[in-house]
Amino acid sequence: MGRITLDGIAKAYGSVDVLGDIDLKIDDGELVVFVGPSGCGKSTLLRLIAGLDKPTAGEIRIDGAVVNRVPAADRGLAMVFQSYALYPHMSVRGNMAFGLENSHMPRKEIEARIAEAARMLEIGPYLDRRPGQLSGGQRQRVAIGRAIVRNPTAFLLDEPLSNLDAELRVTMRAELAALHARLKTTMIYVTHDQVEAMTLADRIVVLRAGRIEQVDTPLNLFNKPANLFVAGFIGAPNMNFFPGTVDAALPDGLSVSFLDGQSAPVKADPGVAAAASGALTLGIRPQHLHLAQEGEPQFPVTVTLVEALGAETVVHGVTGGGARVLAVLPGQPEIAKGDAVALSYKRDLLHAFDGDGIRLAGN
Amino acid sequence: MTRVAAFLLRRRGGKGWHWTDVFTWMWLIGGVVLMFGPAVWLAGSSFKSPAALAEFPPSILPYVTAEATVEGYEKPLPLYRVAGEDGETRILAQVRRIGIVAQMVDPKAPGEIVKVNIADRTPVREISFATENYTEPFLHFDFFLYLRNSLFVTLMATLITLVTNSMAAFALSKYQFRGRSFVMLLILATLMVPLSVILVPLYSIISAMGLFNSLWGVILPTVATPTGVFLLRQYMLTIPDELIDAARMDRASEWQIYWRIVLPLTAPALAVLAIFSVVWRWNDFLWPLIVLSRKELYTLQVGLNTYAGELNVQWHYILAMTVVTMLPVVLVFVFLQRFITTGIAGSGLK
Repeated sequence: MGRITLDGIAKAYGSVDVLGDIDLKIDDGELVVFVGPSGCGKSTLLRLIAGLDKPTAGEIRIDGAVVNRVPAADRGLAMVFQSYALYPHMSVRGNMAFGLENSHMPRKEIEARIAEAARMLEIGPYLDRRPGQLSGGQRQRVAIGRAIVRNPTAFLLDEPLSNLDAELRVTMRAELAALHARLKTTMIYVTHDQVEAMTLADRIVVLRAGRIEQVDTPLNLFNKPANLFVAGFIGAPNMNFFPGTVDAALPDGLSVSFLDGQSAPVKADPGVAAAASGALTLGIRPQHLHLAQEGEPQFPVTVTLVEALGAETVVHGVTGGGARVLAVLPGQPEIAKGDAVALSYKRDLLHAFDGDGIRLAGN
Repeated sequence: MTRVAAFLLRRRGGKGWHWTDVFTWMWLIGGVVLMFGPAVWLAGSSFKSPAALAEFPPSILPYVTAEATVEGYEKPLPLYRVAGEDGETRILAQVRRIGIVAQMVDPKAPGEIVKVNIADRTPVREISFATENYTEPFLHFDFFLYLRNSLFVTLMATLITLVTNSMAAFALSKYQFRGRSFVMLLILATLMVPLSVILVPLYSIISAMGLFNSLWGVILPTVATPTGVFLLRQYMLTIPDELIDAARMDRASEWQIYWRIVLPLTAPALAVLAIFSVVWRWNDFLWPLIVLSRKELYTLQVGLNTYAGELNVQWHYILAMTVVTMLPVVLVFVFLQRFITTGIAGSGLK
């Protein structure tokens, strides 16, 4: 059991609105990732759920019961902090036992739970060490272990991997995914790293400036970003945006021209299509650009920088009209700085956004 | 040794003497004399007999005039070096002095009295430690009673100081509430009020509480120290709030957060405050003097004061017992100096 419902949550510090209009339902066993740029309020939202801060408006329900007035200790949640927040003066065992001792659990039960968690996380050999004597990865495991022994209804993880080096982050990410698969407990995971979000999440909540921009599965976010912000935030490198104009209305969408004479049909819902007039924005992911073949729609680009990564090559360029373009090309094409290349795109992978940045169509 | 010498004697001017070298040496030697001079004088003088103490000009080492037992005289006689008319120097014992003439006798030939002008004789002096300055008070003075009172006051006051100050510091560093800075400021403002200003009201409070002539009357008014609250608060501010959040998630009560998380982590600052508190309470004089009027309740510092009578000050005992009462504080500083410096630096700058 670990259903968490947020209903109209808002949080303000004095006159500064940090969060507003947060409505979210998290199902039991789901791994939900809050993602967004720094300062978007994702950690604050997590602290509200944890009970470490109180919302200024709205209701938080855990398994149907409103917990707004329930203190953090009694919400049955466990949290893993960004800095791990291990008690430096206690051994690993002491750190894990602290929460259980506070609930007056029998000594035997505590020992059993710690042993179980230690086995699961492979931290058995360090149980009697202090956190200061552990490496970053080991501390991370202890922090997770401290959460696990509590047998919580849900785990709250606040950027748990951000203090680890890149290599360790990949390993721990996989371990976290495995852990979630095994425990099947609800997890809320806060990160600013979209790779973590994409790989771990059942659903991703994209936040910006205290508002939810979109909630969906990772692939839906990637394929059908609801607005310009999500489109630009999810996916690396960032999506290319080009200004476009509406030429004509089609039965199921619009005909759009962009990039000095390119023209393509984009799908749009009938109502939206009628509303959209004049300027809009077209987006193409760098991965969806390729070197143009004969007969394909294409546009010329002057290469300004080539980043060869081996498996793929990132090409930075400028179009004739001065728009910057990023393309991720497979393999190792022979392109050098200053070259003129022609790039092409698949029409059905175009994203179109109206003047307000809202997605037009579900291509 | 050579490395120590090299370290001590190195000069900015290389081979020659730069003016800063001269200045540094003078400055440091001056500092040493200023700091250690009184202490050395105190330690040296504590071994002097009352007569040697009254001597002018004073000497650093405790000298006494040498004495010898001479046949035919009951008491030991003081020895003098006398330059004879033939230029020979003899050592004679003085029997008595009449005006400017001393009647002296040669210890080897005690029968014959020699008359010597007192200008022609100089006392034979030898170093002698008057250890009875130390032993006498232990036997006749209630040293151990006073020591017990002093220990009780120091330990209790330090313990209560640590607990109350750390609680105040915890509240002022880890809770957000309206007027927090104001309260802190108010506490710090009391630093500006010296004891002598609040002496009378404090006395009436203690008296009204029935703590007059009780060691608790000495202890309680001193336990809340603004310095201590400030020191601990600054240190606690460096403890990450995430730890406290983590403890809250771990179902710890506020008391447990204070007792099991914050207090152990504040240990370095607590050590500093403990050292300070021990030194303060041990050296306290004015307040115990006022509160305690019964002799069996005196602390060491007040007890020492009993040697300074209205008509007669027994300097030799005062000096000796001052050395004894100073020892614990000196030892504390010698051995715990490291904690004091690191603790202050850590709590102030981090």
